Amino acid sequence: MSAMGRPGRWISDHLILMIGLLVLAYTFVPIAVVVLMSFNDPAARLTYQFDGFTWSNWANPCEPEGMCAAVRVSIEIGLLATLGATILGTLMAFALVRHRFHGRATTNLVIFLPMATPEIVMGSSLLALFVGTGFSGDLGFWTILIAHIMFCLSFVVVTVKARLAGLDSRLEQAAMDLYANEWQTFWRVTFPLVFPGILGAALLAFSLSFDDFIITNLNAGNEVTFPMFVWGSAQREIPMQINVVGTAMFLISVLIVLAVSLRGRRGARAVA
Amino acid sequence: MSALGQVASEIENEPEPAEVDEPKGGRRYTGYVLIIPGILWLGLFFLIPFYSLVATSLYDPAGTVFSGYEVTWEWSNYTTAITENWQPLLRSFWFGGLATLFCLLLGYPLAYAIAFKAGRWKNLMLVLVIAPFFTSFLIRTISWQLILADNGFVVETLQWLHILGQDGRLLNTPIAVVTGLTYNFLPFMVLPLYASLERIDPRLIEAASDLYASPIRGFAKVTLPLSMPGVVAGTLLTFIPAAGDFINAELLGRPSDSMIGNVIQGYFGGGNNYPDAAALSLVLMALILVMVIFYVRRAGTEDLV
Repeated sequence: MSAMGRPGRWISDHLILMIGLLVLAYTFVPIAVVVLMSFNDPAARLTYQFDGFTWSNWANPCEPEGMCAAVRVSIEIGLLATLGATILGTLMAFALVRHRFHGRATTNLVIFLPMATPEIVMGSSLLALFVGTGFSGDLGFWTILIAHIMFCLSFVVVTVKARLAGLDSRLEQAAMDLYANEWQTFWRVTFPLVFPGILGAALLAFSLSFDDFIITNLNAGNEVTFPMFVWGSAQREIPMQINVVGTAMFLISVLIVLAVSLRGRRGARAVA
Repeated sequence: MSALGQVASEIENEPEPAEVDEPKGGRRYTGYVLIIPGILWLGLFFLIPFYSLVATSLYDPAGTVFSGYEVTWEWSNYTTAITENWQPLLRSFWFGGLATLFCLLLGYPLAYAIAFKAGRWKNLMLVLVIAPFFTSFLIRTISWQLILADNGFVVETLQWLHILGQDGRLLNTPIAVVTGLTYNFLPFMVLPLYASLERIDPRLIEAASDLYASPIRGFAKVTLPLSMPGVVAGTLLTFIPAAGDFINAELLGRPSDSMIGNVIQGYFGGGNNYPDAAALSLVLMALILVMVIFYVRRAGTEDLV
């Protein structure tokens, strides 16, 4: 048995980890390409391959016409959508975990459904609403924002709810025992403890909003977000500067995630 | 994206409100005050649009955005839309299903390694799972154009190994589309799988080996069944967006590899064929719902919602 078991154990100890690391490495291959191509000096306009090294894409990121304007639109919409979805979603999460109300099951279903609906269906139904109510001429910044708050909302609720549900309610009881009123308990105890969850939800909402193409494209009118700019250029010629933006997005997000997780770890140690 | 893992765990065990004592006075209404703004938003911009979509799908097909539409209960929009597009419709389910299968094959070992083998590198590995997906979806997909290009390393290696013919190619084939879909939706599989594997009590697996189960038998009889909620959640979270996607088919495939998303997008965009687009959207949604219900029933996780 042990003769059979030992190689089996070795396999499960090392092989699985190897396969896991290989899969992880595979997910980084396209990122390596994006970083490489951000230094590409294309020989011809329409071939998408590495021809030579240059710093010029990084030196002149805004050279392609309209790209930086599109990035700006995406950032503006991303920030506003994050704000809206985080506020609405956090309130909903508190209601679901901490309060009684009728229609809880229906509410859960309504929150779950947007996550289980293909983007193309959500995008086309919103477009049908805007066109059917006579707003087809007003498609643009605000209709994109409405759509983004809508699809970010469920993800915020789920993220904040998870944090809130994992909270030790005895900490709040202790605050109350020490004569803190409800308001003080909330702002001094509950909110700081839930804050990492809210922050995580906000980061998630921003990245969902910044990256959305399918729903945005249907409801954008003449407004151009960054993903729409990339889509448009993919049909004609791809400016290498989109890879500069791609690389920057990657680096900034990784830095934020690392900063948040380091802070979280220190915070956890301080509490413990 | 870390929320996806939580979606999986959240959906199955719904926590009841922690509050023990009955709320008194004004507190009784706090729940409604907190929940109503969000519900209104979802109602106005998620639920009501479905009604608009149904209405649009029954418009007189002779109308355009400019001349206006009229609801004429045109059920024939559905038959037209389906008979003209049954191929892209089938292809969406085929490509989406294949991508989901490959995501499961790649994602399970990765999730397993993170949950049981990563030790103190667990959090780092989780960050690394999500990190590549912080770059734009479109830019990632475009970089697959380069990886799979005719003169690229992958194609040349496969040609050298005679797996691919001398004039064989990957870009602009269904293989490229499925590769792109698999890559782009992998975290939707890994995170729910990880969430459910992580919750398995390692003592159960030890008990299996104490009872003389081989590692493989232990895996098949203990770990795999206990991770089924993650498999179900991951499969759904991968399949649904993959079947509705058109970006991969557009950027990595030929027009003959188009999926239902491409058709709907085309109808809404240049085609201005709103009624057929709406009908197709609803057909896609209905088929996905049927599949979800069937799948969840079969897999025995009836409390998904």
